[in-house]
Amino acid sequence: MNAMAAAAAGLESWLQAYEAQPSTSLDWLRALKFAAWERLEKSGFPGPRDEAWRQTPLGELVKTRFARPNGVEPPLDRIRQLAFDGAFAGQEIVFINGRFAAELSTLHPASGVVIRRLSDAMADGRVAGRLGVVDAAERRTPFADLNTALFGEGVFVEIEDGARVRTPVHVIHVSTAPAGSPSATHPRTLVIARRGAQATLVETYGGPGGEVYFTNAVTEIVLEDGAVLEHLRLQRESERAFHVATLAVRLDREARYASHAVTIGAVLSRLGLDVLLDGEGSEAALHGLFIGDAGQVLDTHSRVEHARPHGSSRQLYKGILDGRSRGVFHGNVLVRPGAQQTDAWQTNKNLLLSREALVHSVPQLEIFADDVKCKHGSTTGQLDPAALFYLRSRGLGEEAARGLLTWAFASDIVGRLPVPAVKAALTAFLHQRLPSAPEEAVA
Amino acid sequence: MLEIRNLQASVADKPILKGLDLSVKAGEVHAIMGPNGSGKSTLAHVLAGRPGYTVTGGEVLYQGRDLLALAPEERAREGVFLAFQYPIEVPGVSNVYFLKAALNAIRKHRGLPELDAVDFLALVKQKAGVVELDEALVKRAVNEGFSGGEKKRNEIFQMAVLDPALAILDETDSGLDIDALRIVADGVNKLRNPQRAVVMVTHYQRLLDYIVPDFVHVLVEGRIVLSGGKELAHELEKKGYAWLEQAPAGASR
Repeated sequence: MNAMAAAAAGLESWLQAYEAQPSTSLDWLRALKFAAWERLEKSGFPGPRDEAWRQTPLGELVKTRFARPNGVEPPLDRIRQLAFDGAFAGQEIVFINGRFAAELSTLHPASGVVIRRLSDAMADGRVAGRLGVVDAAERRTPFADLNTALFGEGVFVEIEDGARVRTPVHVIHVSTAPAGSPSATHPRTLVIARRGAQATLVETYGGPGGEVYFTNAVTEIVLEDGAVLEHLRLQRESERAFHVATLAVRLDREARYASHAVTIGAVLSRLGLDVLLDGEGSEAALHGLFIGDAGQVLDTHSRVEHARPHGSSRQLYKGILDGRSRGVFHGNVLVRPGAQQTDAWQTNKNLLLSREALVHSVPQLEIFADDVKCKHGSTTGQLDPAALFYLRSRGLGEEAARGLLTWAFASDIVGRLPVPAVKAALTAFLHQRLPSAPEEAVA
Repeated sequence: MLEIRNLQASVADKPILKGLDLSVKAGEVHAIMGPNGSGKSTLAHVLAGRPGYTVTGGEVLYQGRDLLALAPEERAREGVFLAFQYPIEVPGVSNVYFLKAALNAIRKHRGLPELDAVDFLALVKQKAGVVELDEALVKRAVNEGFSGGEKKRNEIFQMAVLDPALAILDETDSGLDIDALRIVADGVNKLRNPQRAVVMVTHYQRLLDYIVPDFVHVLVEGRIVLSGGKELAHELEKKGYAWLEQAPAGASR
């Protein structure tokens, strides 16, 4: 390995981590990791001149030297909370600092679905040739490369042909790091839904409050012809953590994908979604809610590529920003030549609750087909004074009125969440953040 | 119940109310009429405490207390209700939830126990009948996608639930066809009682055929220039407002 190149790219500590990995007997894996590391070494981390990262302040993250997690365990009550306090009915796979926690996981044998630790699935030969949706030249990012170069463990989910899996699968990544010793994990998830399969996946990322650590996650999803996946993603990291996530989805013919991404934690959060509609008549519905306070930077970059005809994509992202927090929404819809009859729609709405809060919103369309229907829009504003007065004129206190209107702003995203335990957890969070918000879903 | 003395108020530094006097007793219905821009809606909003309306002089006593010192929600809890000319749409908040929260805030203020969901829904069912409001609308988001008539009915429905001592109706007839007007007016009439006072602000005499007032006042350029009984409304209907624009303030007949 080229230590000088690594040093030049600011990657010394990552090089150590790369070299410290246990050797693998899988040639394809070694080659995959090596290629990723070489790309990373060449590109380095993005800088302020990199268009796609211009609004994402990576300085602290790049400067921090992250160690490997050192065996410290997070408090059990935080783990329970992230697992919805037992209210979740389904399969649960728990990772602590990247290590599979069998004692905390509840996996039942279920027909139609294979759920394995990624390391086991790789050893079984289930993964070779299937990992790496994100590595295609156009979709790779330095952080996805870092994950590929360094991931050790993760989850493999395969839903079999035509299987309708009714109980949702919950993958929980809990991180913890002692004060002064930040650590990093690189969780990797691969989900393959075979032809006509249907399932619901929930991902949670979290850790105890106040701790500094770095989660660099990659989730890859392949939906074969006619497959349907509901995907809920909750980012509930420590308010001082760094969270970078790459989510890559490929849809084949008439597949349907729905994403619900809720971003609450981390001092710096970056979610990059990359959805490729690669089969005729496929549909993607992407919903997101980011709720920031204090000095948080919460960044969502979505890229939806229509490569085939008759595809449809719907995007609704909402931000609620308080304190000095900053939201970033960058949405790109790309319609390839030949992707005729594409129907694409993209909206970003933001609510600023303080004078210091800020949002950068950039919805973009790039259209190279001539028979398409595409719309996009973005609005940012404060609570409507007329609505506030209306509620107060009926007897609601000012705080209660603000809480209710803020809740109402979030409610269409919350209301769509298809898993009751997730909906309840988010409702409880909103109630705690906005003390006067309702304790139950309304309207 | 309500004593307004020499009330002066501005909007964006422009004086609108220029010394308004009005006295309203429990059980009375007062109509405030006047040409566009005379200050009718400003009066309604000042009484409800809308931000952006600055009181520059005078006083308003409500049940012996200084009304203007109270925040909008405190006025509501003390029994003041404003039926809006343009009710606000609040997507994402159901009518029922909103109204239950409002009613319980008022009840708490009055030292009454909060209503639980069952009792509240029974109350809603009963009061929805007052203005023939479809119960499906009650469960929908506040005013969202309601027709003009449904919004006005919803205002009176809210009034029925919240049971105010002083109801201020701001142009409640505007935008209503004759059937909707009749339903809304019937609703208000059902809510008339010896303990409650009603102040209606309206441009047209039409509403007063359905809700017959005890007193009619004419507001011109921020002052009440003429007061009388219900027959005054008919005179205004015939003669218009122009002849009053020079009339001396405080004249009475």
